Amino acid sequence: MDYRNILTICPYCGAGCGLYLQVLDGEIVGVMPDKEHPVSQGKLCIKGWNAAAFVHHPDRLTTPLIREGDSFREASWDEALGLVADRLTHIRDTYGPDALGFLVSAKCTNEENYLAQKLARAVFKTNNVDHCARL
Amino acid sequence: MAGLAAAFGSGAMTNSTPEFSQHTRCFLITGSNTTETHSLIASHVLKAKERGATVVVIDPREVQIGRLADLYLRPRPGTDVAWLNGLMYVIITEELADQEFIETRTEGFEEMWRVVQGYPPERVEEITGIPAEDLRAAARMYAQNKPAAILYAMGITQHTTGTDNVKSIANLAMLTGNLGVPGGGVNPLRGQNNVQGACDVGGLPNVYPGYQAVTSPEAKAKFEAAWGVEGLPDRVGLSVVEMVNAAGEGRLRGFFVMGENPLLSDPDIHHARECLEKLEFLAVQDIFMTETAQLAHVVLPAASFAEKDGTFTATDRRIQRVRKAVDPPGQAKADWEILCMLAQRLGAAGFDFASPAEVMDEIARVTPSYGGVTYERLDREGSLQWPVPSADHPGTPYLHREKFTRGRGRFHAIEFQEAAELPDEEYPFILTTGRIMFQYHTGTMTRRSPKLEQEAPEPYVEMNPEDAARIGLDGARRVRVISRRGEIEIAVRLTERIRPGVVFIPFHYAEAAANVLTHAALDPVAKIPEYKVCAVRVEPVAESET
Repeated sequence: MDYRNILTICPYCGAGCGLYLQVLDGEIVGVMPDKEHPVSQGKLCIKGWNAAAFVHHPDRLTTPLIREGDSFREASWDEALGLVADRLTHIRDTYGPDALGFLVSAKCTNEENYLAQKLARAVFKTNNVDHCARL
Repeated sequence: MAGLAAAFGSGAMTNSTPEFSQHTRCFLITGSNTTETHSLIASHVLKAKERGATVVVIDPREVQIGRLADLYLRPRPGTDVAWLNGLMYVIITEELADQEFIETRTEGFEEMWRVVQGYPPERVEEITGIPAEDLRAAARMYAQNKPAAILYAMGITQHTTGTDNVKSIANLAMLTGNLGVPGGGVNPLRGQNNVQGACDVGGLPNVYPGYQAVTSPEAKAKFEAAWGVEGLPDRVGLSVVEMVNAAGEGRLRGFFVMGENPLLSDPDIHHARECLEKLEFLAVQDIFMTETAQLAHVVLPAASFAEKDGTFTATDRRIQRVRKAVDPPGQAKADWEILCMLAQRLGAAGFDFASPAEVMDEIARVTPSYGGVTYERLDREGSLQWPVPSADHPGTPYLHREKFTRGRGRFHAIEFQEAAELPDEEYPFILTTGRIMFQYHTGTMTRRSPKLEQEAPEPYVEMNPEDAARIGLDGARRVRVISRRGEIEIAVRLTERIRPGVVFIPFHYAEAAANVLTHAALDPVAKIPEYKVCAVRVEPVAESET
């Protein structure tokens, strides 16, 4: 039996409460508040207590998908990323960089948002970069 | 954020959450359903109240924190500038303003006063419905109990006048000298775990990481050197809603969406769907098959927060570590890995990172306010609040201590303007949208969390019993809510929490999506849609129809 407590941050609102994910044999089995955290101080709201409830949900996407008509078929990473790269490059080369847009995410990490805007700006040369801060 | 940047030079929460319980003596809370949507921030407010702090809540809905307040005022939605000017009128005429602060730290007071003197409480009562005496009482409470903190959320920003509302809030805090002190300030509570961080690292159409303008030749040169590229674009890009509209007009052909669901979160959903369907290519990277992903040509499976390392920046500029607890399911990968793989596929240099820690090292090199951030420090110190410009800087719990980021704080003279769409004979109600405790944003995560979904499985519209009688509801459980953009059928809940003439719908539910009804009118500066005010008609649905 492998049991660990992993200290992390709640994925819901902007308060940034601290919590431990309780992991048993590679699966999250519970959530515990972080008593030392300066904001949450050992407490969580109902969303925080349920912060990991969706992680092992059967609806999770587990493989890249490519549209075929009205449905999707499973694809390899190689094929899916190849298609994304080709189509975005084609659109940029045909209509110019500002025919592309990139939505980054208030749910993703700083590192991921940094890389996404760098990809838009440095590789595709467009400032059409935004996320749902306003929504 | 644009409003705060114009007033102070920096668009972020000025103070820290823990200061509320430690220092604050008065709270002015507006447009924030704090106990439901930021519960653990609300707990600091309630702790302060226990030791005697005063709480004033001004909100069209009697949200829970309104019931706990010392004074609760209920304005007509969309009239925030009027009551904010009214508070300032009282503070100035009753000589409660902080003269020394105004003289030494600010500019533009005279111009502001020329406008504000047109807002005596009796006129404000006519516009907002707030009794003049209550407005006077609120002004005295806020001005006489220092430090006083203003807390607000999207009830203030999601208006065509959102930037004006924020500038008015900044005016009020400067007028009373409530900036640059612990426990005071202007505190926008961000709705999503990493909205602050996504903005900080350049996830916006007008700025590079660290709010360095894309139109600045110096910033362009700096990032061209840092990234080893030439010809970075120097025109401001399109915002979310503008990108969706551009797709509808055929100007935007390819759209890459990482972890967002604009089809449920954008205003006027029917229009948004039509626009996205016109795209030549849509790629969506997400953890679930969202409404937006269903329209995509390629869907890439991403890792959730529990399956990757990284950092989130909380609403009080607090940078904190997210740690990997379990492996992602199947072939899913962390967004940062997918982006690096895609960039390498495109033959781009500068994306060969072995870990998020290495990405943070690059962020720190190009982002002055994150200059001293490393994973090693975050692991050791727990969290760091920006600006943290260097390795030996301790971070900054509250901003604008001796001077504002822009030097002097700037007062803005703001006249009240009505919302873009007002009720009329055909659409006699104001619809305002918002969030509830058990659900979150477009519900992608919470609706798949059994305990949360069980608490609030069904969408509803809140309506005042007086209005129910007026539309002849006559015991019907369901109503049709109709705007110029579309209609939804939804359960009705009668409550005194909402004032007559106004209805409220939480926007989390795809099956009765409030954003079918909302108006895509944007604030001209911040480009935020007016979710908090649009005109609707409400009709009972006969039992035989259901």
